[in-house]
Amino acid sequence: MAITVKVMTRPTRETSYLRATLQGMSLTFRHLFRPKVTMQYPEEKSTRDWAISSRWRGTHRMLTDEQGRAKCVACGLCPQICPANCIKLVPGEDEHGDRYPLIYEIDEFRCVFCGYCQEVCPEEAIHVGVHYENSEYSRDRFVYDLERLCAQTHPVSTLWDPSDPKGE
Amino acid sequence: MTFFLIASALKVVVVFTAVMVGVALLTWFERRVCAWMQDRLGPNRVGPQGLLQPAADGLKNLLKEETLPPHADRWLFLLAPIMSFVPALLTIVVIPFGAPLPTPWGDVSLVVADLPVGFLYILAFGSLGVYGIVLAGWASNNKYALLGGLRASAQMISYEVALGMSAVAVLLVTGNVTLSDVVARQQAAAWNVFPLLLASFIFIVSAFAETNRLPFDLPEAEAELIAGYHTEYSAMKFSMFYIAEYSNMVTASALAATLFFGGWDIPFLTWDNAGPASVWKTLATVVAFTVKVFSFLFLFIWVRWTLPRFRYDQLMALGWKVLLPLALVYLTALASAIWFFRTQLGWVYDTRFALALFAVNLLFVVPLLLIVDRGRIIRGAVVPARGEGA
Repeated sequence: MAITVKVMTRPTRETSYLRATLQGMSLTFRHLFRPKVTMQYPEEKSTRDWAISSRWRGTHRMLTDEQGRAKCVACGLCPQICPANCIKLVPGEDEHGDRYPLIYEIDEFRCVFCGYCQEVCPEEAIHVGVHYENSEYSRDRFVYDLERLCAQTHPVSTLWDPSDPKGE
Repeated sequence: MTFFLIASALKVVVVFTAVMVGVALLTWFERRVCAWMQDRLGPNRVGPQGLLQPAADGLKNLLKEETLPPHADRWLFLLAPIMSFVPALLTIVVIPFGAPLPTPWGDVSLVVADLPVGFLYILAFGSLGVYGIVLAGWASNNKYALLGGLRASAQMISYEVALGMSAVAVLLVTGNVTLSDVVARQQAAAWNVFPLLLASFIFIVSAFAETNRLPFDLPEAEAELIAGYHTEYSAMKFSMFYIAEYSNMVTASALAATLFFGGWDIPFLTWDNAGPASVWKTLATVVAFTVKVFSFLFLFIWVRWTLPRFRYDQLMALGWKVLLPLALVYLTALASAIWFFRTQLGWVYDTRFALALFAVNLLFVVPLLLIVDRGRIIRGAVVPARGEGA
């Protein structure tokens, strides 16, 4: 038995090719003069309708104290919690007995930008940043050392706050 | 004689340059308009408002790798872009684009070749364009390209008939196939779009099919055939097909403007038709012609970004079962009407004659619109309901 298709009988105003064509033409013509939604990226990075979220988790930034030293006390929590194992930390100790990082490197290619390092940091030193323009000419430039992490100036992520889940 | 040769050579250079620049700008314009219709901005980076985008595209295409499929028919593969490119440009030469230009050595008519057989020339070269597409499809040795080429040949041959028939109506009114005479006749009486309303409609629909533009772009139908006949082409050869498509659009628009919308005539004014030639008059008429051609080009683009593609059987049905019989019946009626007005009533062709023909047209157009509106002509494949046999 042949396959049959149920054909609905619909009113002319819905099936007329002529009217549909004219409607479509007028629709496209009206759209010619509508405001455009394109954001012209390198010049415009946010518009009235869209801005990057303050919860965005981008490349890291290390905050510094008043003397310009990294706030990090080399406690080792961030390499411990990091699911991608992308943080390399070698702790050192100065003449006052304070711990500080001898080596602190983050491989941004391995990083999954979960933001756990920021959450776990007791000193509020390491942060994920609200930043997304990261192009470089070589792969090894994506391993950020301590100096570079301290030199970043972009805003840091506010992360997700469980007590304020909608960011209000 | 020397003057004629120099003037002709200059006209060739000017027209060729104008068409090529127009085609380049048209690709930019199409992309901008398409973007605007979709609430985007379109290419606006290269040069002011993106006007140099075609130059950037051309440069890119020149530098790209020329590919040659291993099993392609080498010579035909190379010949096909030329075959589609050359006729597209050749057609434009018989179209008059302005009032005669006065020079110290005599008036120069603004048409590259004012052939006595102008209209037949256009039909001849218009149909040559299909060779390029069919050869491209055949020589590529690719099933999608071949299908595209086959569709192109079927489509262009079918719509050529309707196109020719609708243009015969113009010849009935003008009594001549020279395009300058067609323009002169429209200046004297009325634009042919009024006495030949239905013919101009058929002509424009067929022109869409002849230039392979949506809603009739079956030869390249991206969704079904990858890119149709130019699937295997790259770099400048691919570009040539595009230039050919856009030059065909320019030619079709210029032809529609010439045959039905008064050519370079400026509407409502008579000073451009009579009197001695002057440079200002020439400029004004050239501008008028350009505006008309541009409006048609905009129509082409507008329709392309509005209507979805026809199915192949719908396309063929529209060509053979609707447009062709319609054109034949219309021609018969028109010829009878002209015979009646001319020999029985003794009218000469003037505005009154044209208006009378316009009334005859309305007799056709109004029922046609009603029929089209009721969905009798273009419809989906109707499967008979159960129990209706077959």
